[in-house]
Amino acid sequence: MTTIKYTEDHEYIRVEGTTGIVGITDFAQDQLGDIVFVELPEVGRKVKKGDETAVVESVKAASEIYAPASGTITEVNDALTGEPGLINAAAAAAGWIFKLTLDDPTELDALMDDAAYASHIS
Amino acid sequence: MSESPEIPLRTVVLNDEHIGLGGRMVPFSGYSLPVQYPTGIIAEHKWTREHAGLFDVSHMGPSFVVLDGSPASPEAGHAEVAALIEPLVSGDIVGLKPGQLRYTLLLNDEGGTRDDLMVGRSPLFAGSLYVIVNAGTKEADWGHIAAHLGGRAKLTRADNGALLALQGPEAVAVLEAILPGVASLGFMNYGPIEWQGTRLIVSRSGYTGEDGFEILCDAAFASRLWNAILADPRAKPIGLGARDSLRLEAGLPLYGHDLDDTVSPIEAGLNFAVSKRRRGARDFPGAARILTELAGELGRVRVGLFVEGAPAREGAIIVDENGQGIGRVTSGGFSPTLNRAIALGFVHPQHAAPGTQLRVKVRERLQPATVTTLPFVPHRYVRKAAS
Repeated sequence: MTTIKYTEDHEYIRVEGTTGIVGITDFAQDQLGDIVFVELPEVGRKVKKGDETAVVESVKAASEIYAPASGTITEVNDALTGEPGLINAAAAAAGWIFKLTLDDPTELDALMDDAAYASHIS
Repeated sequence: MSESPEIPLRTVVLNDEHIGLGGRMVPFSGYSLPVQYPTGIIAEHKWTREHAGLFDVSHMGPSFVVLDGSPASPEAGHAEVAALIEPLVSGDIVGLKPGQLRYTLLLNDEGGTRDDLMVGRSPLFAGSLYVIVNAGTKEADWGHIAAHLGGRAKLTRADNGALLALQGPEAVAVLEAILPGVASLGFMNYGPIEWQGTRLIVSRSGYTGEDGFEILCDAAFASRLWNAILADPRAKPIGLGARDSLRLEAGLPLYGHDLDDTVSPIEAGLNFAVSKRRRGARDFPGAARILTELAGELGRVRVGLFVEGAPAREGAIIVDENGQGIGRVTSGGFSPTLNRAIALGFVHPQHAAPGTQLRVKVRERLQPATVTTLPFVPHRYVRKAAS
């Protein structure tokens, strides 16, 4: 079963089993504008929920991406190094940023679901 | 926690047009202005380099300094009004020809820069100057200038209408079709153009490194002119985001970032803006410092940097090969034309030679940066007008 949860900072985490796939929402990429650089975390790094884990830079400014949940980074989207605009083109799909194995899936309970996030950005 | 008092943002005359075009309105120098339209900064930037980009820069400070009374002759009138302004700036104002516009610097007594501005000599009226200052400094600049006119001239602000900029290789074709005659303006020249019952002031100038024009327009005609230009498919509206990335590629300083009241024209690499005649006469504010710096005693100088990796933003520390901090970035970002990070910053002249390998600190990591000649992207001004 796949669930998607959202943070107040406009990250999404798509959960598949014990793996979470993290990116920024379509709303966030639209607000940031053209993404020109993505700083990816190191695979193997352990992060705590709320840690600065990646950085997404638009033409105008840098934005930190925080870990939506605690875990260990297992994979990063290297395609973003050559083509950071993937985040603008497909934030929820090809524009994912990193994957992590979750330490504690119950941490996700505090995050927003689709309906709550929709109302958060409206 | 108490709320900070809200300073109401001023809207520009073309506010409705920006909103209608989907402009993303942001606060800028006390005004609400579009940072981008739906196509985004990179597309707008590239459109301007390839076609014609239309900018609303009505937040800036156009004004006129006009001599009281009737001068004996046009030359006498110009000499008199120029003599009022010259003591405040670095440039040759006396030597302006009718219709000529010059980039110059308003200096403080220490040789620091109060503002960078344009001063033009009216092609029509004796003893009249067109003075365009920056948005963030306009009140202070106008107060400073007015206080030095000695009751012999008046400063009239003209920032209640619209100031538009049309920039890019197709700007001349687009504007000539609407305002016949503008193609004959030479670079850094200006003049009046009658249009549909109003008098526009059109200069061949801009802030992108491209050929182009800036147009001062009465408020009542502003939306008609804006829409007439955008009716041409070669012209698209461009927001302040691309204005910044375009000027950065062109190596042009931004006041409040690359220039401030501590930075001298020589430190900023704007030696061309210090008049040769006036160097001899030593008759501009801060002349002692500026002439010493021109002779080679210079503590810092503005450089261009190619940055590897993440963009180095304003405030990033510049580090030499020994890890020693030697300066800071004053403007930095991403170049859509070059598809890489570029920055302007200040370092000691010993580090300023093109090719010098330096590093910049971004998020506590050191990234390679190479000093490069400015501009990053060559200027394409049209020096000679079509005849």
